[in-house]
Amino acid sequence: MSEPLRGVIVSHSAVAQALVSAVAAITGIDGVLVPVSNEGCDNDALGERLRQAVAARPAVLFVDLPGGSCLTNSVRYAKQHADIAVVTGVNLAMLLDFVFHRDVPPADAARRAAEAGGKAIRVTAA
Amino acid sequence: MTIALYRIDDRLIHGQVVVGWGQPLDVAFIVLVDDEVRSSDWEQDLYRMGVPAHIEVVFASVDEAAERLPAWEADARVGILLVPDIDTAVGLAGRSNRVKRFNVGGIHHRAGRTERLRFVYLTDEERDKLRRLAASGVEVTAQDVPTARAVPLAEFA
Repeated sequence: MSEPLRGVIVSHSAVAQALVSAVAAITGIDGVLVPVSNEGCDNDALGERLRQAVAARPAVLFVDLPGGSCLTNSVRYAKQHADIAVVTGVNLAMLLDFVFHRDVPPADAARRAAEAGGKAIRVTAA
Repeated sequence: MTIALYRIDDRLIHGQVVVGWGQPLDVAFIVLVDDEVRSSDWEQDLYRMGVPAHIEVVFASVDEAAERLPAWEADARVGILLVPDIDTAVGLAGRSNRVKRFNVGGIHHRAGRTERLRFVYLTDEERDKLRRLAASGVEVTAQDVPTARAVPLAEFA
């Protein structure tokens, strides 16, 4: 990889923006993650927001739910562009891992992020 | 039961439909009427991903939907019928007199449209099509989620 990956968070309402702020607050790393909300968008408008957020760079699209307009438009975008991977079920843990591991191909970064995010989901002792 | 909701929604299957309406209506099947999606296997796979396994998803063209509507309405289960835009709604209503109502659930902003409700943006041409649809005997309201008020067409178009 000649260029570190960009992360684009695609969500309902302001979830994406909140996650970007949280990652910056915890790591001090800014400018790596870009939020995209589906608020007020039809499919064409959301596709355009994705295009602007990706900015023709290799990227991982972190989608909030495993279905719905955020996912359908992200997958549609990924099918039409090289160097784009899609992960669903975005959470803070996977993003914190991602921002430190961006020098890999998008598909590898997506698998790593999914693993990191999954590990963070636990039921703790009372 | 029958088809409990006829909905115009440019996002088709998404959270508001599956969770917002699907849960309270106890929906068992969703009919997605869209000629383009009907002819695309990967788009169908994509829309299926957002639906729990216990809900059946049926993809139909407008012509197929008009033909199968009596069977869906006679189904013992509860269903939702989705179309992506006003033209498809008008096309379906024109081919089947069983369509008695449409809920405008989401038509979002794009160039040339003006805001009528927070979740409904229309061009003047689209407004006129909805008015003609209503004049033909189809009840048209706007309602994004079940807990909201069903806004009569006269209040937004």
